[in-house]
Amino acid sequence: MKTVEDINKMRQDMVSKTDDKTVIYVHLGTCGIASGAMPVLNALKKKIKEEKRSDIELVTTGCAGICSMEPLITVKTAGYEPVIYKLMDEEKALEVFESHIKNGVAIEDYALARGMEYQLKERALNKGPVSGEKKMEGNIPGIEEIPFFSLQEVRVMHNRGLMDPGKIKDYIGRDGYQAVIKALTEMSSEDIINEVLTSGLRGRGGAGFPIGLKWKFAHAESGDVKYMLCNADEGDPGAYMDRNVMESDPHSLIEGMIIGAKAINATQGYIYCRAEYPLAIENLNKAIKQARALNLLGENILGTGFSFDMSVYEGAGAFVCGEETALMRSLEGKRGNPRPKPPFPVKAGLWEKPTVLNNVETLANISQIILKGATWFREKGTVKSPGTKIFSITGDIDNVGCVEVPIGTPVEVIVNQIGSVSKGKNLKAVQLGGPSGGCIPKQHLDVAVDYETLQEYGAIMGSGGMIVMSDDKTGVEIAKFFMEFCKDEACGKCLPGREGTKQMLFLLNKISDGTGSEDDIRKLEALCDVVKKTALCALCKTAVNPVLSTLRYFRDEYMNSVHTNELERA
Amino acid sequence: MEKLSEFTDEQMQQVDKLIEASGTNPSGLIPLLEKTQGILGYLPPSIQQYISEKTKISANRIYGVVTFYSYFTTKPRARHRVQLCLGTACYVKGSDALVEKIEKDFNITFGNSTEDGRFTFEKARCVGACGLAPVMLVDGKVYGKMTVESLDKILNEYE
Repeated sequence: MKTVEDINKMRQDMVSKTDDKTVIYVHLGTCGIASGAMPVLNALKKKIKEEKRSDIELVTTGCAGICSMEPLITVKTAGYEPVIYKLMDEEKALEVFESHIKNGVAIEDYALARGMEYQLKERALNKGPVSGEKKMEGNIPGIEEIPFFSLQEVRVMHNRGLMDPGKIKDYIGRDGYQAVIKALTEMSSEDIINEVLTSGLRGRGGAGFPIGLKWKFAHAESGDVKYMLCNADEGDPGAYMDRNVMESDPHSLIEGMIIGAKAINATQGYIYCRAEYPLAIENLNKAIKQARALNLLGENILGTGFSFDMSVYEGAGAFVCGEETALMRSLEGKRGNPRPKPPFPVKAGLWEKPTVLNNVETLANISQIILKGATWFREKGTVKSPGTKIFSITGDIDNVGCVEVPIGTPVEVIVNQIGSVSKGKNLKAVQLGGPSGGCIPKQHLDVAVDYETLQEYGAIMGSGGMIVMSDDKTGVEIAKFFMEFCKDEACGKCLPGREGTKQMLFLLNKISDGTGSEDDIRKLEALCDVVKKTALCALCKTAVNPVLSTLRYFRDEYMNSVHTNELERA
Repeated sequence: MEKLSEFTDEQMQQVDKLIEASGTNPSGLIPLLEKTQGILGYLPPSIQQYISEKTKISANRIYGVVTFYSYFTTKPRARHRVQLCLGTACYVKGSDALVEKIEKDFNITFGNSTEDGRFTFEKARCVGACGLAPVMLVDGKVYGKMTVESLDKILNEYE
């Protein structure tokens, strides 16, 4: 049986392995693979073999963050700083091999940056390479000079682009499972709950409920059987932060689950993951297996007396299963229908047992809170909402990707400086929170992203999808798009959700296709009010938000649409 | 028990093995159905009935589950499954033009198969590859940055 000493020894071995050698990192997230990273990897593999260069280490990692530049590779030669190359294909990768690896000359045209993300802070201080590395010549910006990277604060994603998600050793070498060791050997359940409470960590799935409080409630429930669940049913279209975490750093999620389980005294956990994420499921399953082999999961974990095991449950495609009570019904093998609360899941959740359900990003925060403490966690973010939040920024911008910023960062910084609106596109609004969220129009871009402020403006933090929209689409079209989604995905259990979404879509269609009137806009508003107040669960209650938000900011477009129609009819 | 004529003996043996491994616990129903569909391609009422008799889970409940989740289909799919992502990022990047083109070129509405059994066209909810929007999947393979022009070229690769 493996013990704490064994894990610590593994870590020591990894840390002391500082031999400075040539490494090629190929970044293989879903985006990278879809853009052609596999042929690049294979070409490099073949080349290394042909040239008999056993001194070169080829490392496959998860996503490097900037999806629109995929496939990305990072090349580091002994003694020199690494260089990230963008938009690779087989030929370009082989050119890089010839020039950079064999002749020590970086190819400016293909290079994105000098340095790697984990070196950012030291590089910013040094205004150049970290100590021990020499500068690569050529007109290539340092990673610390590129706003996409320098404006981010990577905590949850601190291993990105650096680590092979399929190798638990790599994770342990990056301080992985140290938090589990600390929580299981030095802390009581109460200690863990207190630390998380003090940190002020709030649910990253959108609702922003204090995590420590949820754990405290579940801990207080009596009963031998409790469940620790992870909501990985990332259903908001345009949001893929959780996919990224699961694919690139699955162990960070497992670690959070183990610590949460200890806090509430759960012995069994499930990750409910949507079937649309095959790579995430594969990587998670592999990671769980490895953790079990090292006795980090299962009976008597590392000899500490605490037992917990977990598995991945594949969803079968239903947006409503992101709602907690629906998710639990689905885990029980039923239709994913939500049910009224109370009772809340912390009292009667999965199979009517006390259950905690946390989102992926939330759980991936836990290990660092335990390891570095609540005070450290509060150094970033706002007083009410400490820490960072990952957003997936997409739409009409150049730098599409996953970005992690302190909560409270203005939308403007994320959209214009990190994302950079595409040339020839006029920014109209930023949509946050998907089908449950709303728009921030361009005149309010200075708004800070935190749970409360965004709500004042009619948007929500949501799970982290941030879609930049140009004036190609009207407010009516945007509302229609989301309502179509909600109508399709409404589970049918409650009448306001089932019929309300249908009728709202009917009215939106009427308004946009030339048969609507001002009266239809009034009816639409009235219906929004009814559904908001009466739908059974949050999904349909919030389905009215895209309509209300576009009516608030783009009412003139609704009016234009019906007036043009009325004129045409006259 | 009546033999199901639409499936081969070999397929049914595999299904029997799955049912045996899954047991009669209703909580294992969804994974069981997922794997069964993996073997048979679709889940018609006959197979739902079959699973019900073997697992003692009511046919009503199985039907309820199969029709609730979008992963399950009661109709056989064509040789190639084409899923067009209609997530928000894909929408912003113009996936509606792709829908229009497919519906026009194949004279079909989404959710259906072409008469020659070549393609089943489905709308997919965000596959999380928003950096490559608009995105299309053919038999699970992701194609990014789709245009009306590249659509034909890609579909032509699938006979």
